[in-house]
Amino acid sequence: MLTEEIRQKIAQEIAGCEHPREKAVDVMYVLQRHYGYMTDEAVHEAAQLLGMTPLELDELATFYDFIYRQPVGNYVIHVCDGAACWMHHERAVFDYLCRKLGVEIGETTLDGLFTVLPTACIGNCHLAPAMLINGKCYGLLTPEKIDDILEQLVCEACQPVLTK
Amino acid sequence: MSEMVLFKNRREDRAATLDEYRQSGGYEALITAVTTLSPKDVQQQVLDAGLRGRGGAGFPAGRKWAGVPEHGHFPRYILPNTDEMEPGTFKDRILVNADPHLVLEGIILAAYAVSAERGVFFIRPSYEKDAEIIERELEVARQANLIGKNILGSSFSFDITVHRSGGRYICGEASAQINAIQGKRPNPVKGGPHMAEQGLWGKPTIVNNVETLACVPGIVRHGADWFKGLAATPTGAGNKLYCVSGMVQQPDCYELPIGTRLSEIIEGSAGGLVAGSTFKACLPGGASTSFMPKQFFDVEMDFEPLKKIGHRLGTGAIIVFDQNTCLVAATLNLIEYFARESCGWCTPCREGLPFIREILRAIENGEGKEEYIPMLRQMADHMNQAYCAFAPGAVQPVLGLLNYFEEEIREHISQKKCPFCAGHQGSKQALWTNRGNGRYPGAANAEDKFASCPI
Ligand SMILES: Cc1cc2nc3c(=O)[nH]c(=O)nc-3n(C[C@H](O)[C@H](O)[C@H](O)COP(=O)(O)O)c2cc1C
Ligand code: SF4
Ligand code: FES
Repeated sequence: MLTEEIRQKIAQEIAGCEHPREKAVDVMYVLQRHYGYMTDEAVHEAAQLLGMTPLELDELATFYDFIYRQPVGNYVIHVCDGAACWMHHERAVFDYLCRKLGVEIGETTLDGLFTVLPTACIGNCHLAPAMLINGKCYGLLTPEKIDDILEQLVCEACQPVLTK
Repeated sequence: MSEMVLFKNRREDRAATLDEYRQSGGYEALITAVTTLSPKDVQQQVLDAGLRGRGGAGFPAGRKWAGVPEHGHFPRYILPNTDEMEPGTFKDRILVNADPHLVLEGIILAAYAVSAERGVFFIRPSYEKDAEIIERELEVARQANLIGKNILGSSFSFDITVHRSGGRYICGEASAQINAIQGKRPNPVKGGPHMAEQGLWGKPTIVNNVETLACVPGIVRHGADWFKGLAATPTGAGNKLYCVSGMVQQPDCYELPIGTRLSEIIEGSAGGLVAGSTFKACLPGGASTSFMPKQFFDVEMDFEPLKKIGHRLGTGAIIVFDQNTCLVAATLNLIEYFARESCGWCTPCREGLPFIREILRAIENGEGKEEYIPMLRQMADHMNQAYCAFAPGAVQPVLGLLNYFEEEIREHISQKKCPFCAGHQGSKQALWTNRGNGRYPGAANAEDKFASCPI
């Protein structure tokens, strides 16, 4: 269920918009942030808010790379497999990440923290090999660098729990 | 050093501010336009300057704008295209990061030229940082009355909203982008009225690449002749942002006169190939262009000179391959990308690209047959039957492979293995460090499973 606060915020934004459907992707991003991914419930809620049918909305949800219709981890790691990263051994990045996290490409770690996915060129080809984590780019990847990045994210993920 | 126009305010750490942009003459063109020029005057200047689109197709911007009927409907829209998903291309990201107000002034001038009142800044999700920069600087520009109602006290009003994409390559194609913004499944649309007459929400719409738009303030400020004079070729006009990636010493995005020779870009700006590597081929303009072998190393990187030798400038993103890189494997990587990104709307592309991928995979794995070569060509030619320009673009590397490196395909078939994988066995670590040219220290420690073909 969406909180009333989120629902109202979305409804307000849509109300101020000449063409509500222009907001379809934005609304999906908000719901995805709330639920963790676009659940069936989220598809229905988004459709209702936008005045679309759930089918119309799902046509979009299933089309886009950065909208997830299946559960993903808190951190989605998109490893670039574009041509420049390929030349700089993107495959070794996948191997290293997957081995370290104990997952295959497309899977999520058991603690629900990380999902590893391939993605199209992320426009950082001069920093190949590169990856995105929740949209933030990391380039010139080495095993050491990957270690540091993951370690920091694990720390960040634990902190709220520790300080509670 | 040639004159810097687009990257004049580029710095390492942050985007140029409004003040910095204004100190370098920024927004003078807008002031001139709204106080002394008519929309038609601006259109004419851009037409005279010979500005061609930087998004891939090279269509003259002035002619595109003139397609909006003088008495056409309102509101009219400008879509600054920052989808930039062509592999190897990162110029728009760096441009927006470097000098957001240059991009904004270009958009506002284009809007003035076609009397548009709304811009929809379409941006891919991987560029969230740029989306935030644009939103922030838009607010700064609004405060300064450079955008919004009655710009600089004139009767011209225009504003921009940022539209975040959900992320798919096809959304960069102009008609698919209009669908995407309208909250529809973003497949391309053909036939029907021209989008300069009926585009977004059925109203006149101009889609331009952001690099194209960023050229406009200079043209309005210094004139068409100045812009033409920037080029290194008589047929060219302006500067160009060339992205260089792959096996070069200093991969980066370089602003150079359009028509600068490929050899100068690679050996001069990008510092030549990494140690131990020699140039074998490049894709001159992103993944949707054909491999270009060494014999064209001196070509002038401009629309016409490339066309003359049967190639395309595309996005001007140069991806460099060295003698140790297997081009069958490279083509397979590119086709895997395109097969995944196909929007699935039409059969030749949806079914044909995976078919090509399977043939290439078989050849790369040493399971190829001689008859696969004509099959590849036939399938690649079939892509001209596809609904949009995506599929013919997707097979450009395949055609390049067939046209210039057929021998390399044959070696795979006759040796029943990838000749590049075999050649480097036992020296994987050396290869990793060589290829990284020491830029990835420590990478050699990774217990990687890969052979010398990175795939
Ligand atoms: C499959 C496909 C993808 C495209 N992607 C982009 C893109 O990411 N950015 C872009 O500016 N143009 C892209 N284009 C070209 C646009 O359709 C359009 O021609 C361009 O944005 C017009 O701008 P210009 O005239 O300033 O170059 C793409 C075209 C095709 C066929
Ligand atoms: S050619 Fe490919 S991308 Fe274009 S409409 Fe057909 S399936 Fe979609
Ligand atoms: S190829 Fe990886 S960022 Fe472009």
